Amino acid sequence: MSAALIQQLVDGLAALMLLTSFALLAQHRMLSVLNWFAAQGVLLAVTAAVVAYGTDNNELYISAVMTFLLKGLLLPWLLWRVIRELHVHREVEPLMNTTLTMLVALGVTLFAFHIIQPIEKISQLMTRDSMAIATACVLLGMLMMITRRKAITQVVGFLAVENSLFFAAIGSTNGMPLVVEIGIAFDVLIAALIFGLFFFQIRDTFDSLEVDAMNAHLIHGDDEE
Amino acid sequence: MMSALNLALSACGLALAAALAPSLVHRPDMQRTTLSLLLALTGLLAILAGMAGLLYGGGDIVLPLGLPWLPMHLRLDALASFFYLVIGALLLPVAIYSQGYLRGESHLTPLAIFLPLFVLGMLGILASDDAFTFMLFWELMSISSFFLVTFKHQHAENRKAGFIYILMAHMAGLLILGSFAVLYAASGSFEFSAMRQAEISPFWASVAFLLAGFGFGTKAGVVPLHGWLPEAHPVAPSNVSALMSGIMLKVAIFGFIRVVWDLMGPGDFQWWWGTLVLAAGSGSAVSGVLLALQQHDLKRLLAYHSIENIGIILIGLGLGMLLAHFGHPMLAALGLIAALYHTINHALFKGLLFMGAGAILHSTGSRDMESMGGLIHRMPWTAVFFLVACLSISALPPFNGFVSEWLTFQTALLAPQLGGALLTAIVPFSAAMLALAGALAAACFVKVFGVVFLGHARSEAAAHAHEVDNWMKLGMAIPAVLCLALGLLPVLFIPLMDAVPQSLLQVSLAGSVHAHGWLWLTPVTAAHSSYSAPIALAGMLVLGGLAFWLTHPKGTSIRRNVLWSCGNPHIHARMQYNATSFSQPLRRIFAPIYRPEVHAHSEHSRHKVLANQVLYVVHVADLGVKYIYQPIGRFTLFTAKLLQHEHQRGIHAYLAYTFITILFLLAVYI
Repeated sequence: MSAALIQQLVDGLAALMLLTSFALLAQHRMLSVLNWFAAQGVLLAVTAAVVAYGTDNNELYISAVMTFLLKGLLLPWLLWRVIRELHVHREVEPLMNTTLTMLVALGVTLFAFHIIQPIEKISQLMTRDSMAIATACVLLGMLMMITRRKAITQVVGFLAVENSLFFAAIGSTNGMPLVVEIGIAFDVLIAALIFGLFFFQIRDTFDSLEVDAMNAHLIHGDDEE
Repeated sequence: MMSALNLALSACGLALAAALAPSLVHRPDMQRTTLSLLLALTGLLAILAGMAGLLYGGGDIVLPLGLPWLPMHLRLDALASFFYLVIGALLLPVAIYSQGYLRGESHLTPLAIFLPLFVLGMLGILASDDAFTFMLFWELMSISSFFLVTFKHQHAENRKAGFIYILMAHMAGLLILGSFAVLYAASGSFEFSAMRQAEISPFWASVAFLLAGFGFGTKAGVVPLHGWLPEAHPVAPSNVSALMSGIMLKVAIFGFIRVVWDLMGPGDFQWWWGTLVLAAGSGSAVSGVLLALQQHDLKRLLAYHSIENIGIILIGLGLGMLLAHFGHPMLAALGLIAALYHTINHALFKGLLFMGAGAILHSTGSRDMESMGGLIHRMPWTAVFFLVACLSISALPPFNGFVSEWLTFQTALLAPQLGGALLTAIVPFSAAMLALAGALAAACFVKVFGVVFLGHARSEAAAHAHEVDNWMKLGMAIPAVLCLALGLLPVLFIPLMDAVPQSLLQVSLAGSVHAHGWLWLTPVTAAHSSYSAPIALAGMLVLGGLAFWLTHPKGTSIRRNVLWSCGNPHIHARMQYNATSFSQPLRRIFAPIYRPEVHAHSEHSRHKVLANQVLYVVHVADLGVKYIYQPIGRFTLFTAKLLQHEHQRGIHAYLAYTFITILFLLAVYI
């Protein structure tokens, strides 16, 4: 494959990343959020593989495989299990209505493209066009954490931010050194496990997985002191 | 022979060693001895470093400590040497005094750690030659002195004082940092040598001057930035109060001179800088002494006098700045010398006064003057030393306070016409304020000495007071002797200080000051004014002896009676003047300023003449605290209450704040 074709491919994958980020924001049901999250993980793995092929960087293949296993399969499965075991309400409960969220997301994406312009001008990498999209995806992940009520959706938002950072790393520097990569992968895994444990604990303590319920309890607790 | 800089560095090293000593020495009495010994040696080395620096010049050194790209620049110039001398001259006696004062104190460790660190901070500030080192030692001084103020943290009053102290110390630190930031922007370097060379526009020079003025002014206790001072000084242990009032305030003065006179230099002075300093000085001098007059807590009273004396120092500096701006470097040097002379004088006599107050506290267990009286019989040595300090601070010849205030007056009187009517008016006005402050200070110390040492004892504790031990006596004797020496021999001392104006203003007073021999002090020319302390002393002794001889002819019996009793031999302890009644006339004269709150209450039996009990309490509030600090405090609390709600928002709100902040930063900085 020619370099131009690979660049086209990476750009196309970046567009798909952006699509998944928007899709995550737009979903109404928890299960489809997880599906889109898994799709995002798979996309990441494919991107890593394509960049690995294009740059002849063998280490990136390993990280592509790890990404696929961890973010494409394991994490979505863990979260799905949490939802099933804890009988979480199937609906995503937004704090801000979806249409408005999508509009804000659009603005944020434009903003990301605007601020990344100066960086794109100086970059020599074949993946430089994906930087703006990666930044947009980071911001969209944060937006998801802000506008969703459930703790699980916040975790998904957090993991989406992490995905986008990984995407940015591949896009801007052809991937981080493998050691760092593995370290981060394990961090994310551990974080997910800890989140999982917390969900069980929190449910036992508050009888709810909604952040508002915890707030109410904590603030109330403050008043009592 | 060791160079001045090496002596200064070894003084710092000894202070550090003293701070580390408590980790090896655990028994309280051993800790006390180590602390006193090491600090006394530090003081001695500081004196030697100061003398050597003034006589033979200092030096500079770059130590590979601190930040990787910014090693520690240290330099001992004439100004730093002079302040080393000031610190050493008080630290040595205070260390000796501490050996006695801290006897019987069981939990000494905090004091044994933070007192040397405090000293190290001050010594380091003087020697530092870059802004980073300066701020490092400045914060070391501020923070360690906070722990000294709250040494007796069991009392809520002390914790409150400590809080106010650290709050204002941090505010001062922030302002000073701001002034260094301006200078850094102008010079592009943290090193003082680069800041001296830098060209700075008049506007930014004024900004730096204001920041430095308010920052160092807060630390020095200039009205109205003095709020912490009357709270913190009384509650600290007396040896610490002596150091805080005697030296720490002076280090703030040093910082002001360093930044404004040295780093920016007289070339940058603008006419209103000196005017502002002069106004602040006059205001501090008068309001400090007016408030001091109405106190009956001995250490609090002394704290207010520190404000007054800082004001006097600032009057000298302000006159110097004005005169330097209008092109009279000789007179400016005279103002600077007067300020510096008063600096060392105040360090000595205020240190001595706080040590005396500590001795009284030690033996009567009280700071309240209303429970003292007649102590001259039970503590004769302390009384003598305290009297020397009282005479010095009241600026009476032949003691040292007179010399420096006289020099300040000379500067004001010799000042020629300076542009505009306002400036022409303000110089004599500030001289008048200085005179008023001096007179009121004398009245105040008549009250202090009379109420504390003369008359009848007002409490059991005062009646059974005992003289302090020899360490404390020695600690008080040294500054007392120095007060007299500096008062008698200014002609020998001023040429020693002359290196300071030489380096800052490039003029020398040494030639004119003792043009007429060691006996006569002639600030500018003998035609204008001259003063000879030895002759004044001789005159006073002759006149006093003559008066005694005339009023006590041979053969007449001498009737002995308690002093401070209006000549009435049978006066009851409660009938004599006390601290409140003695200051009553002045309270009435200055009532519009004091706004005293009087609580008078009497219980009558049948007729209103037959009173069973009369209660008269008068309270004079510090107007600065009442009308500036309290509103600021209330405003801060009010704003905090408004924002409190925001602190209890949910996690979404916090995430949203983060998000918006990131967007904002991205938008602004990319």
